[in-house]
Amino acid sequence: MSARPSANPLDRLGRLLLYAILGSLAILTLLPFIWMACAAVKTEAAFFTSQFLPRGDGWLGIAWEDLTLRQFRRLFTEFPIGRALLHSVFFASVCSLGATLFCAAGGYALAKFRFRGRGLITTAILGTVVLPSSLLLGPGFEMLYHLGLVDTYAGVILPAITPAFGLYLFRQAMLNSVPSDILESARIDGAGELRIFFQIVLPIVRPMISAYLIIAFIGTWNNFITPQIILQSPERHPLAVAIFNLRGLYGSEYSLIMAGTLVAIAPVMVLFLLLQKEFISGLTSGAVKG
Amino acid sequence: MKSGRPHAPLTPWVFLAPYLAGFTLFFAWPLVRSLVLATEQTYGPKVTVYVGLLNFRSILGDPMFWTAVGNTALFTACSLLVQVPVALGLALLLNRPDIRGRRFFRLAFFSPSIVGLAFVAIIFGLLLEKRTGLVNTSLHTLLPAWDPDFPWRENYVMISLVGSTLWLSAGFYMVYFLAALQNVPRELLDAASIDGAGSWQRFRHVTLPEIRPVLNIIVLLVITGSFQLFELPYVLYNDTYGSGPENRALTVVTYLYRTGFHSGDLGYASAIGWVLTLFLVGFALVHRHLTRREET
Repeated sequence: MSARPSANPLDRLGRLLLYAILGSLAILTLLPFIWMACAAVKTEAAFFTSQFLPRGDGWLGIAWEDLTLRQFRRLFTEFPIGRALLHSVFFASVCSLGATLFCAAGGYALAKFRFRGRGLITTAILGTVVLPSSLLLGPGFEMLYHLGLVDTYAGVILPAITPAFGLYLFRQAMLNSVPSDILESARIDGAGELRIFFQIVLPIVRPMISAYLIIAFIGTWNNFITPQIILQSPERHPLAVAIFNLRGLYGSEYSLIMAGTLVAIAPVMVLFLLLQKEFISGLTSGAVKG
Repeated sequence: MKSGRPHAPLTPWVFLAPYLAGFTLFFAWPLVRSLVLATEQTYGPKVTVYVGLLNFRSILGDPMFWTAVGNTALFTACSLLVQVPVALGLALLLNRPDIRGRRFFRLAFFSPSIVGLAFVAIIFGLLLEKRTGLVNTSLHTLLPAWDPDFPWRENYVMISLVGSTLWLSAGFYMVYFLAALQNVPRELLDAASIDGAGSWQRFRHVTLPEIRPVLNIIVLLVITGSFQLFELPYVLYNDTYGSGPENRALTVVTYLYRTGFHSGDLGYASAIGWVLTLFLVGFALVHRHLTRREET
């Protein structure tokens, strides 16, 4: 707590400069979002004549008559973006809930029990974290083909609910914050194993649960190549694939593409703004504490 | 360690079974399969021929593969040189004491990390467009001599890829640096000031050694992540199935994907996957060797 004499004009100049640098960098970072939002609400003609919002005689010097929500209407009426949005919500919810449950249970077993084969299983699973995911694209697809899961919801969901990284995070959380004494006294009191897991263990690691849920939700939402490979029928596509296909077919309709991309990233943006604390603490807890 | 806990011997297996079943079916078994596939040549899902190590020998003499490795290595080197200093610089700016609005700035810099790679590619495809893209129109407004038809995406493949990745991930790594910087003991910095150390010397001799472990992890993450670059060029250069003009955007994983899913040779693709794994494990080993030596 050093109270510095901050009346020094050089000091104030330095601070001004610092804020100017930070401010311009922040604007530079946000510019693509702003540009995209402007492009999405402009008419096609105004897109080519203005960088952001079209200038005119209206309020704030903006040509309001050149702004339109037509592209959003088209997305939800002419194109199956509404359906794709529902699929994204569906895949992201089911995969993140499933992965959280499976990884929490698996991590609990590996962290809080001693049994034969534990060391081997832990090493085998955590060792795969370093392998490139692309290695499994081919053989993973082959497996789904043999199981008859190509182009099904299960084909997208089942392979996504056992990520090695999730197991690692939950095993770590269990090791750090679940005391063995509590489990033992609960057992002596006669509590069933499932009850111990759901009513004692999970509440203790609740911060990790909420962090992992949102990380997995956003990760699934943004995943493009897996649903692109597994789902062939357009009526099952999530947004990432649907917007990619939309761009492939209507690539020259810039306003339409930007409106579609905006629809695709806005939901996770809002989710992140609401839950940013959990999200960022979850990210950093994995690496910094490690 | 206490012994003889009163739980049934099968209990841990009940908790582990669901994970283990999924992991075996969709991870472990495909992994074993990919080793087998790497010794085979496939023509579609039905016809398979055992070829031994031929795939690996073919890879060594495959000019396309080495083009992909060259592009990927260049991208990785550029990413490392650009992303790490920018992320650390942003964190240092935000870590200054008594800064107002730190939460806002952190949020602003981090927000691109929420956007999926496929969406980043679509946004930057339009941003870098000739004549209509924001990059060219802004440069033309600032410098009237700037050619609004400047072909960023078409001719400046590496700048486009490195630039869009920088936008996406600088804020992501910044968060890690910021967390590390906030753990640097204030007393150490104050003591250095009292001893007359300038801000550069304080950074060099106090801050840097303290955040070194995090810096090392981030360097490894950037290297292994960049070496697996795929979705971004795949979507940005979709008109050429991700290879870009004269194959200048072709990465190792794009090539793997193309051989596996466009040419239908899952065997050759698996062999590429294992060569990629060797590269990644090699990076990790060299990195570990270097950081170990640093610590002692």
